[in-house]
Parts: sequence; C-alpha cells; structure tokens
Amino acid sequence: MTEEKTSNGLYYRSLIRNIVILVIIVSFTPMFLVSGIILYQFHHSYSEKIHDHLGELVLNHKQNIDSFLKEKLKHIRFLAKSYSFEELSNESFLQEKLSNLQEGFSPFFVDLGVINERGVQIAYAGPYKLGGAVYSEAEWFKAAFQKPYYISDVFLGLRELPHFIIAVQENWRGRPWILRATIDFVAFNTLVQSVRIGETGFAFIINTQGECQTRPCLDMDDSKQVLADLLADKKNIIRDINIVEKTDTSGGKNLYVASFLKDGDWLLVYQQAASDALADLNRTLRLTIILLAIGGLAILTMAFVLSRRVVMRIAKADQEKQMMNKQVVETGRLAAIGELAAGIAHEINNPVAIMVEEAGWIEDLMEEGTEQEGNMEEFKRALKQIQNQGRRCKEITHKLLSFARKTDSRVQSVQVNELIEEVVNLSSQRARYANVEIHTNLQPDLPETQMSMTEMQQVLMNMINNAMDAMEKKGGRLDISTELGKDQIIISIRDNGPGIPAANLAQIFVPFFTTKPVGKGTGLGLAICYGIIKKMDGEIEVDSTVGKGTTFRIVLPLIKNLETK
Amino acid sequence: MALASVLLVDDEIPFVETITKRLTRRNLDILAAYSGDEALEKLKAHNDVEVIILDVKMPGKDGIETLEEIKRLHPLKEVIMLTGHATVETAIEGMRLGAFDYLMKPCDIDLLVAKVSDAAAKKRRHEEKILDAQIKEITMRRV
Repeated sequence: MTEEKTSNGLYYRSLIRNIVILVIIVSFTPMFLVSGIILYQFHHSYSEKIHDHLGELVLNHKQNIDSFLKEKLKHIRFLAKSYSFEELSNESFLQEKLSNLQEGFSPFFVDLGVINERGVQIAYAGPYKLGGAVYSEAEWFKAAFQKPYYISDVFLGLRELPHFIIAVQENWRGRPWILRATIDFVAFNTLVQSVRIGETGFAFIINTQGECQTRPCLDMDDSKQVLADLLADKKNIIRDINIVEKTDTSGGKNLYVASFLKDGDWLLVYQQAASDALADLNRTLRLTIILLAIGGLAILTMAFVLSRRVVMRIAKADQEKQMMNKQVVETGRLAAIGELAAGIAHEINNPVAIMVEEAGWIEDLMEEGTEQEGNMEEFKRALKQIQNQGRRCKEITHKLLSFARKTDSRVQSVQVNELIEEVVNLSSQRARYANVEIHTNLQPDLPETQMSMTEMQQVLMNMINNAMDAMEKKGGRLDISTELGKDQIIISIRDNGPGIPAANLAQIFVPFFTTKPVGKGTGLGLAICYGIIKKMDGEIEVDSTVGKGTTFRIVLPLIKNLETK
Repeated sequence: MALASVLLVDDEIPFVETITKRLTRRNLDILAAYSGDEALEKLKAHNDVEVIILDVKMPGKDGIETLEEIKRLHPLKEVIMLTGHATVETAIEGMRLGAFDYLMKPCDIDLLVAKVSDAAAKKRRHEEKILDAQIKEITMRRV
C-alpha cells in the first residue's frame, strides 16, 4: 500500500513537472520572441532617431561656428579694406578700431595688429605689449602670406596663452601687409561648448593633426585612436556628418558625431557616452526587462499552482475511479453470488421438499395411529430421512455462505488447487443440470502463492459460469488444469462449447461487452476478471475456435511471500 | 377404482418414494420415473397413465424437453409441472407448451391431489368428447 502510494506520488510529481515545463515553454517562447523582436526594432529605430538628432545638432553647430569664423573674418577684411596701411599703422587709430569692434560687434576680438612684409608688427592694439614683435618665423605668418586671408590653429605664441588669429593680407603701394586679429579663446571655447546634451555630451574641435583647438571637458587620451580614425575617415563623411559608436581605450562606449569645418582644417567632434545618449532607450529596456520578469514570475506561479491543481483533480479522479473499480468488482462478485444462489435455491428446495413430504407422510400415518403395525418403523425411517435432508441443506447453505462470507480481499497465502476444487464443488449442481462434466487435472504439490482469495475465487467462478452458460443448451465438458511454470502458476479452463466468433474475441475483456440477452449479463464479468488478474501482475489469454470450444489461460506470478512482492 | 393413474417424474429418489406413498394413500395409482427418458419409456409401456407430474429441472432431458416430447407422443395426457426452481418464465413456457398447471415444490399434498383430479377429469372429458365425435361419425356413416 505504502509502495503504491510512493509510486503514485512519483507519477503525480512527474505529471506536475511535465505540465509546468509545457506551460513554461508554450508561454515563454512567444513572450520572448515577441518582446525580442519589438525590442530589437525599437532599439534600432530609436538609435537611428538619436543619431539623426545628434547629426542635425552637430551640423547646426558646425554652421554656427563656421558663420562665426566667417563673420569675424569679414570684420577684419572690412577693416583692412576700409582703412589704409598708414592709418592702421597708427596705434591709437588701431586701438580706436579695436574698441569699436569690441563694442559694436563682439567681445571676441582680443587685439589687433598690423604686420609688414618682413613680419614686424608695426602697430598693435590690445592688452599685451606686442608692439614691434617679429613674426617672420611664425607658422601662421608664413601661411598667411600665401593666402589673401587666413585663420590659424590654436597656438601659444609670444603671449604664451592659447589663442588663434584671423589674418587678412592687403597691399599698400605694391607691398603686402597683414592685419591680424586675435580671437578670445575662452569666448570661442564657450561658443563651441555651448552644445551640451545629457550628462556626458560635449563638443570640441581638433585640427587635422588631431590637436585640440578648444578645451575638451574630459581627458581625451582614451579617445585618441577614435579621433584619429575619424580624421582618416574624411572621405566617408556623408552629408558632412560622420556618426560612429566606438569603444574608447578605457572600455567606455561612446557616440561620436564629427563634422569638418573651416574648409576641412578643423574637425568639430561631439562626444557623448552611449549609455547617456540612449538613456531613454535603456530606461525602456530596463522597464521591459522588469515587466518581462514580473510576467515570467506570474507565468511560473500560475504554471505551478495550475498544474498542482490539475494534478490534484486528476489524483482525485483516479482515486474515485479506483473506488468505482472496487465497487464494480464487488458488484461482479455479488452477481456471481446471485447466479450461484439461483442454482443453490433449487438445490436447497429439493431436500426441503423431501422433508415436507416426509413430515406429511408421518402425519398421514398418525391418522392411522402409532400402534398400527410397521408404522413405527416408517416413522423412524421418515425421521432419519428428514435428518439426512436437513444435513444436506446445511451443507448447501454452508457452501454458499463460505463463498459469500469471504469478503476479506487481503493478500494471503492461497493454495490455488484448493480454491479450484471449492469453486468446482460449488458449481457441481449447476453443472449436473446443464449436462456439463467438470474434469480437473491439477498439478500435485502446487506451491501456495500470495493473492486475494476472494478475487481469485471470483475469477474462477466467472470463468466456470461463462463456460457453463456457453454449453448449457447441449451440455459438454469443462477441463480445468493447473501447472507450475517458471515462477508462474498456469491455470487453463477449457470448454468444448460453441466457441467465440473472431469478431467478438477482441472485445470480450471490454467492459459492458456482452452477447447475452438484455437482463442476462452485465458484460462486466470478464472485464472484472481481466482487471483482477492484471492487478495481480498476471496475464489472461483466450484462445477460441468456433464449433470446437474456448480455452482461457491465466498465468499468475508465483509469489512465495509478501516481501518478494 | 383409483382416482387417476399418475406418472411421477423427478430425479430426487427419496422425494419420489415418499410422495408415491402419500398419493397412493389418497387413492391415486402411481408410477415413478427418475428421468425424462425413463418417463417416456414408462408412458410407452403404460398407456393407462392419465396425468404426469413432471419436475422441470432434471439432469439429461429436462422437464420442458420431456413435456414437449410427451405432448407430441401423447397429446391427450395432462401434465402438471412441478419444480423447485420456480420462475415465471419456466411456468409460461410450460403452459405455452400445453401443461395443465404449474406447482411449486414443496406443495400441499391435497392441492396436488386436487390438481391431479382436475387434470384427470379434463383428460377424461376430452376423451369422451372425442369418443362422442367418433360415435357420431360412425352413426352418421351408418345412416
């Protein structure tokens, strides 16, 4: 019993596990697929949107810076064109123009200087004392003499402070001279850095050698390689903008948006940490993962709770079915007893009739008186007969009761041969009237085996009743034999009745299958036998030939003691 | 002169013996048989038997089969079915096959005697009618 419970427990546990796995696979697969596809699409389009947005921003900024530089250049060119070399060589005049520029246009101009062809600054207006400074060897001076105007890279120069200059070349009496203006580096820096998005976004400018032209907010060492790549990528810039997502040497993933300005001399770079640029996307991702986790948790809980409930219901249904089976077996037993009782009612009626008649005979003789010769002997004989018939009745009822009273379905040691003899004995009267001869050929010394006596009795009773039902009309012979196989007891029940047609043979163990008229058979007898034998781990087989008879073969495992089972 | 000549058929020997004695005391002429086949043999040998008391359930030829045979060979003889296994079906079957009546074992002896008397009377009336008809036919022929 405990073993049965344990194996049932294992079965139900594996059932729960299978249902849970199935529910998880069925629910999670579409959930992950759909979420994955949506997330991928969202990520893709959102990144694109961010890229476009940043691209647009940088493009605008680049245009701003370009316009700024052009504007400053225009101012200086205007000054150079409007006034002669002589006028501008006058430092107080130059100072006045510088003041005008600073007041009227922008505070970006730090100083102004007029430089002759030899590179000597002949006039200077500004905060530094640079009057008479010689620039003949300065890079910017050499470059400025090649072009009508020139905007330099940032350099330290004589003042030893980072700055850059705008220089315009003019001619006075056939000799070239240069008007140059220094742009306030801090103000320019502020202009470039005015683009700030998120927490990490900043803009800076580098020249073609990769040197910083504005002050970067952070240490640029990590991004050097990326910036070099961006500079090298000049040809691949589409729509003046190049957007790349690269990991810098410190391992941080950054978004770089670059655009060349100042006719390709400078590269405006906007850098932002990818995590910052895609913060919204990451937030959505986090939210989605949380939602997925909650959903997954709900599915898991549901899978466990639901499967447990379903399996509990199944277990309950199984239990009910088992109870029902027990009841069916009991019903079958009662039906077998009923059939037996009908035969026995007749059997018992005969001795009762004899007793009644003997009693009547005594009554008849009493009318003559006891003194009548021979009457006393007749009384004695009649009484003896009544006694005999009474004993016969007792035997019959005893037989029936010994069958019906055996309600104990516990597994115990059973001698199959004895059981067969008992059932054959019970059926003998019915066999006599049905003209059926019952022959037994039982293996001597058959060992006892463990089984439920009542259940086996029921199987044998059913088999014999069925055989007799089949042979009732014409009579016949029923052979019951036992033999000992290898750890098996084989019982054969062979009749020479009409046999079972092949079409019915496959169905004889199916519950409610019967060929008997309505009200005569329940169709449960053989189904119950099958169930009982299977429960005993045995086999029941049938072999039948129409016109020759039917043989049922029951193979039972030989179980010597309960421990073996 | 006996009330009637009766053949008693039952496979239970003590029953047949005792009831024979009791019926004999009640002025019936009793002949006994212990199986269907024996009953048919006895009938062949004793044509004076008027009523047959027949057990339904017997080994070999059972009561119903014997009844059919008797009715086929001796249609004028009356049969009273007697059985311990009283079922309506068997009764209906017996009556349908021409049994005079049906009694359950154990039965009251006087009731059985009365039934036998009625059956014998019926048989005699039947025979008389046939005799009358035969006489009429012979008379008619002579006329």
